[in-house]
Parts: sequence; structure tokens; C-alpha cells
Amino acid sequence: MSVLLIAEHNNKELKSFTLNAVTAASQIDSDVHALVIGNNCGDAAKAASELPLVKKVITVEAAHYENFLAENFAPVIVKLADDYSHIVCSANTFGKNLMPRIAAKLDTSQVSDIIKVESPDTFIRPIYAGNAFATVKSTDAKKCITIRPTSFDPCESSGGSAPIENAEAGEEFSLTKFVKREEIKSDRPELGTARIVISGGRGMQSGDNFKLITSIADKLNAAIGASRAAVDAGYISNDHQVGQTGKVVVPDLYIAVGISGAIQHLAGMKESKVIVAINKDGEAPIFSVADYGLEADLFEALPQFLEELNKLNTIQK
Amino acid sequence: MKILVAVKRVIDYNVQIRVKEDGTGIVTENVKMSTNPPDDNAIEEAVKIKESGKATEVIAVTIGEEKAQETVRKALAVGADRGIHVKAEGVIEPIAVSKILQKIVDKEKPDLVFMGKQAIDDDCNQTGQMLSALLDWPQATFASKIEVKDGKLEVVREIDEGLETIEINMPAIVTCDLRLNEPRYASLPNIMKAKKKPIEQMNASDLGVDVAPKIQQIKVEEPPKRKAGIKVSSVAELVQKLKNEAKVI
Repeated sequence: MSVLLIAEHNNKELKSFTLNAVTAASQIDSDVHALVIGNNCGDAAKAASELPLVKKVITVEAAHYENFLAENFAPVIVKLADDYSHIVCSANTFGKNLMPRIAAKLDTSQVSDIIKVESPDTFIRPIYAGNAFATVKSTDAKKCITIRPTSFDPCESSGGSAPIENAEAGEEFSLTKFVKREEIKSDRPELGTARIVISGGRGMQSGDNFKLITSIADKLNAAIGASRAAVDAGYISNDHQVGQTGKVVVPDLYIAVGISGAIQHLAGMKESKVIVAINKDGEAPIFSVADYGLEADLFEALPQFLEELNKLNTIQK
Repeated sequence: MKILVAVKRVIDYNVQIRVKEDGTGIVTENVKMSTNPPDDNAIEEAVKIKESGKATEVIAVTIGEEKAQETVRKALAVGADRGIHVKAEGVIEPIAVSKILQKIVDKEKPDLVFMGKQAIDDDCNQTGQMLSALLDWPQATFASKIEVKDGKLEVVREIDEGLETIEINMPAIVTCDLRLNEPRYASLPNIMKAKKKPIEQMNASDLGVDVAPKIQQIKVEEPPKRKAGIKVSSVAELVQKLKNEAKVI
């Protein structure tokens, strides 16, 4: 049977994590069909058809799909599900919101946030904030799977030419209305896909002090992250939160500044290739996962760090 | 207006969990348990709405072994009016939890159901959305702000890109983010009072819900350990190591 991959997009372009989800889907079965639901989303459907791993694209268009509400999406996906053994989506806030609504309608026990495909019915997923890995086998005939995007490489994005078919739209769910979306626009790399991430924690002491982080992020072309404590304290907005209930990042370099390293934060960054911790408390748990630890006052260390970086002229962009 | 709040008993968030040597699960014997953290936010929000005069009753419900009742008792101590404990042993998957909650909703007819967005043990993030699907109700997941307005709710949701605001008709499901509010602590007099509040007990099987897991757990392992790092003595040394040894800048 085939895999139905729910594409995440903004009606114009595919969101980058869709490419990671396609890779995961193709490891379950090579017959991957991408479902693009939206409003005037032809460009996104075309982008999906160009992914070499995608064998067919199905688009469903209607005005009420403009804002990706799960209440509108789920019925149409359930209707299409008959022809598929697996329904797959990324485990970001889009997929987390949507997939269980589909799974419940199909009476399926969803497998969330997998990091590895062992076989078409067996998967590995982190539990307890990534402090244990569970190998699980789904016994449902139809499987609903969300994948952790940072655990799968993005698929090739060009060279394919899958056929695009249209499917009929469902009715609008009238009890939920979209009001507005406040997206934080930034010229920086996206937190989820950046090669370098520098994060601040409670030790930053104020939102204003995050400018010390910003200037280093500018220099390294890094994304800016934060611990939950820093977001809760109002130093920085929620879209920067790294951790069990925020984003999971796997950059080449993760620099944790003034972050003690609670289990919940480590869950979001400990798979990073190289971890640097800067903290004045030498006993902070963050040092237990750091490749390079610097026990220092961040208000002295960060300006020095910028100065040293400025001395290097070989920083990769 | 009646608010039903679902709460789950989990290993306390401060505990460093241990994987059983035989790979069958996590050590839970003699480990501190507490309420799933975002479920505390769900209770707090319901109690706040009641205190503002917009709700008349807050009911806390939990599903689990005998001791799961402690979680309901804690909810009663911070302001819930009464409790429901659905007894069930072993792993109850979110699909089964949502079917049980559907039965409770059918019986209690709440206007709102609140719960945490995710349980910190299985990290599934499914139950609220599944319950919404079973009831065909609106769902507001990952809520960081809730406002009750003329029979509707305006909810600010935390999404990857920032914030999203939706308006939902009641009855509805809301799953709560940790930033929704600051849960209060129970005072000693309120803990004493909570002991007198009623908790209705029933068995999952009495509700006619099949709770047998549909996902087999083959094994549980520790994640690969990171090899120990080093401490550097200066910023200059750090930058040199990053450039010449790790080659990441």
C-alpha cells in the first residue's frame, strides 16, 4: 500500500520540514503521494511534484483551507485515507495539531514524533524528553505517524515530475474561525534548520541583554534560541524556545549561554554535533552534555567572544 | 458554564528517569510522581475562569491506577469542585483516553474541556485533538491565552512561526501551554478542605471502552551517551578549539 504524506506549506511554497517528512515517508514505502490542501496553492503543489521521491500529488483547494485549520483538514484527509496504509506528517505544531484529529477519526493509535523507521510497522521514538528511546510496533491496519523532522535528512527538491490530481474539497467546519497569525519575520536562518544556534537562558537577566547574543548570531549567521525560563520571563518570544515543549534543534554548533541545562531544555538540543556551554556555575548540568565548557560570567565572556570572532576572517556563511 | 479538566499522573519533571535493565520500560518504583505540568496550567485556568464568575463548576478527571487519585485530590486543593477517577491499569494510549473522556463528556455535558498540551512521560501530544475529533468539537491546541467572550472563546495558540489567534464556539477543547498562567500552590487549609470534596470512582471497563494498547512496546533503551567534553579556560581558547579542533566556525 502507499503512503499519504501531508505537505505543510504556506499556499505558495512548501515548508522546509515537508522535505524531511518525505524522506521518512519514503523509508516506509516507496510509493509516496503528497497531499497539498490549501487555497490557491498551485505553486506549492507544483513544488511537491518536483520532489523526486513523490510519485503523485493530490491537491484539495477551497477558501476555507486558507489557514490550515485542523477541523477543516481532517475530514478530507480521512476521506482520502482509504487508499493508504500510512498517513505521515511532520511533528511540528502543524502536524501535532492535525494528525491526532485524523487518527481518532480512523480509530488508530497514532505513533508520534518518530526518529527512525525500522520497518513499515516498527519505529523508534523518544519518550521522557528524549531520556529514553522506545521501539514500538503499531498493530493498526492504517497507521498515523508523525516524524521528528530533524532526525531525517531533507529529500531532493528538484528533478521530479509527479502527476498532480485534484480531489474534491470537504465542507467548512463553521465553529472555528481563524482570526490572525503573528509571524515573527527574521532575516536569520530558521531555528529548526540553522547550522549554528546560539541560545540564551535565565542568566541573560533581561530581554535587553539578548543583544549580546544577537551580535554574535549576526557574526556567525546563527539562529537565536532560548530556554523556557528565558521565554517565560519575557526576554524573548516563544518561537525561539528550544526544548521538550518547544523546538528540537540539531545544528552543527549549539552555544548555550546562561542556561543551566534542565532535562526539558536538553531534550531539544542534546543531539547537536558540537555543544558549547558558557555559564558561571561550574556545577550546572549543561556542562555534562557540552563538548566545550567555559565557566565564566557571560557578560564578560560574550563581548570577548565577539572580539575573538572578529579576529577570524574565515567564518563560514 | 461547566469546565472539565483532564489531569494525568506522571513521573515528576525534576526526576532523572532510569531505563529498566531488561529494556521493558522505565523504573517507576520509589520515584516521585506528580501532576503532568501543563495539566496544572489547565486546572489553574479553569479555576481562574470560575473565580471571574464565568464558570460555575470545575470537575477534575483522571484515568489510571489507584494512586492516580492523588492528582485529582491536588486539583481539588487548588479549586476544582469535584473529581472523577476512572480506574485502569497499565499503559492507556491517548486514543483510549480520549474515548473514556468522550464517555465522561457525554455524561457531564461540560461547555469546555481543558488539559495539558502534552504529557511529559510519553510525549505523545494527542489526547485533546483526538477528543475534539470524537466529539466533532472545535480544538484550540497549545493555548497561551484564553478569553471568554459572549459564549465564544478567543484563544492565542503558540505555533512554530509565532502566535495564532482563533475564535471557537463552545463546547470546545483547549490544550494548554505552560505559558498560559502561573499555577498556584495549594494552601494547607485548602488541602484539608479538598479531602472532603467528592471523587466519583468508576472502572474503564464499566464505560465500555477497550483500553488494550494497539501499539506494542518492543523495547526501551537509553539514548546514546555523549562523550565527556572538556572545560576551556578562556574565550580565546574556546574560539581556537571551535575553529581548529571542532572545525565548526
